[in-house]
Amino acid sequence: MSRGAGVALGIRQIRYFNKAFWRNPASAFFTFIFPLMFLVIFTSLLGNGETQVGGRTVKDATYYVASMAAFSVITACYTNVAMGLAFQRDEGTLKRIRGTPIPPTAFLLARVAFSMLVALLLVTICATFGAALYGATIPSGATLLRFLAMLLAGAGSFAALGIAVTAIIPNADAAPPVVNATVLPLLFLSGIFIPIGDDAPGWITLIGKIFPVSHFLKGMSSAFLGTPFEWGDVLVVAIWGVAGLALAIRFFSWEPRS
Amino acid sequence: MSEPAIEVRGLEKSYGDVHAVRGIDLAVPRGEVFALLGPNGAGKTTTVEILEGYRTRTAGDVRVLGFDPARSERALKEQVGIVLQSTGVDPFLTVAETVDMYRGYYPRPRPRDEVIEVVGLQEKRDTRVRRLSGGQHRRLDVAVALAGDPDVLFLDEPTTGFDPNARRNAWDMVQNLQSLGKTVFLTTHYMDEAQVLADEVAVIVEGLIVARGTPDTLGGRDTATAIVRFRVDDGTLPDELARQVTFEQGMAEYRSEDPAAFLHALTGWALERGTGLDGLTVQRPTLEDVYLELTGEPVAEEL
Repeated sequence: MSRGAGVALGIRQIRYFNKAFWRNPASAFFTFIFPLMFLVIFTSLLGNGETQVGGRTVKDATYYVASMAAFSVITACYTNVAMGLAFQRDEGTLKRIRGTPIPPTAFLLARVAFSMLVALLLVTICATFGAALYGATIPSGATLLRFLAMLLAGAGSFAALGIAVTAIIPNADAAPPVVNATVLPLLFLSGIFIPIGDDAPGWITLIGKIFPVSHFLKGMSSAFLGTPFEWGDVLVVAIWGVAGLALAIRFFSWEPRS
Repeated sequence: MSEPAIEVRGLEKSYGDVHAVRGIDLAVPRGEVFALLGPNGAGKTTTVEILEGYRTRTAGDVRVLGFDPARSERALKEQVGIVLQSTGVDPFLTVAETVDMYRGYYPRPRPRDEVIEVVGLQEKRDTRVRRLSGGQHRRLDVAVALAGDPDVLFLDEPTTGFDPNARRNAWDMVQNLQSLGKTVFLTTHYMDEAQVLADEVAVIVEGLIVARGTPDTLGGRDTATAIVRFRVDDGTLPDELARQVTFEQGMAEYRSEDPAAFLHALTGWALERGTGLDGLTVQRPTLEDVYLELTGEPVAEEL
């Protein structure tokens, strides 16, 4: 099959993922409504204080516009991909797909691309909301390009990690606990829900340096809050993505693990 | 006749020390329905999944439409339809959308409405998959396998868990497929299913094929001892007939591999005397009897 035909097949597949996504109340709620709900809650509840980020003082409300945008991307790409694939694997959907002529990579890339599109939509909503109500800046020009580079690296990497983590999910019932256990502590330790100041304990700072979430958040924040942008953050996130991809290629299973 | 659609020689599969398949040979001509029978754990699913390309083999040679399924070639997948024992489809798509999605994977798909009609789901065309009953779901499984208009169809225990009515419908469907010229490879542990559908059956036990033939000749069914039974009052039979039968609870019973001469004499006598032969039956072993003898285990009960 030519590459063009593979791409056409992938785009077609994205349309079916899209249809099924919006009709599934659980996925539409947890992936889509949930982060936006958090955004409203955090900005309303905690929006009046100020916080120090990257040498700047920003309103907490504005901070949460950036962090909830990052959270949306992680939910749509990591959590949703991992749980969705684990369920499909357990139900035998993936095994069935494997018996058809669609190239496996076209199917998985379509899944990744779809989650990135959902992430993009969520980030756009966060940005619009933040700019309208909380004085977040909407990136433009060079900032926009850098922001898009970070967004692309983050969405792609978290999706790759989402595929990779299915290897340690034994069955569909275990998907939510395993996925949440791998991501929730990291979200707290990386400043997604609670801003982490310079006076944070060393071990938390260290975890932030090692894992991709904090770097991703810094990249997203730079666009919305005007804090400094560092290509190093993009690099760390991308390295995690490549590692995730390698693990996914090595350990991904199309059949239920039993 | 061209080469067989499916050809297997010396197939072996081991999982560690467990020898699931221990050297089997098969050939399924194009356009035939072949049934692989056997108890659970006999190696049926292992065999069919090797043919489908899901498992690698330990030894032997396998050809499906001339391809080696272990190589997972696209050209083969385009010509094969697979109904696994349990498979999912997205619960939030409709029947028509699901069939369309799978049709898109194939270069020469069957028209959507035709596929839906073959499995009898016209009424459910726009129903979401999650609202289908178990039997309808299974029919959708078959529809999805037919979407690419395959030449070879694998059905792994297609009617397990069906009520009798749904099973009859499924059988009609398979007979439909056969009339379309498809080669069907079926596994089942229902004897009546094999009897109705298959041109040829093979019985697999502990990884070996222990018998093969048409459903009517398997295990020498057609030449096995026939049992003639009829009701007759003691002492009324003429000596030459009475000598050959045994009596039990008012029924006379005669056993022979070739009952023709006895039946001729018996019916001649009855006609002459003007008596009916109440309860007359001539029985050969059923496919189930043969299967039981071969596998040494009770046959699955019909629901």
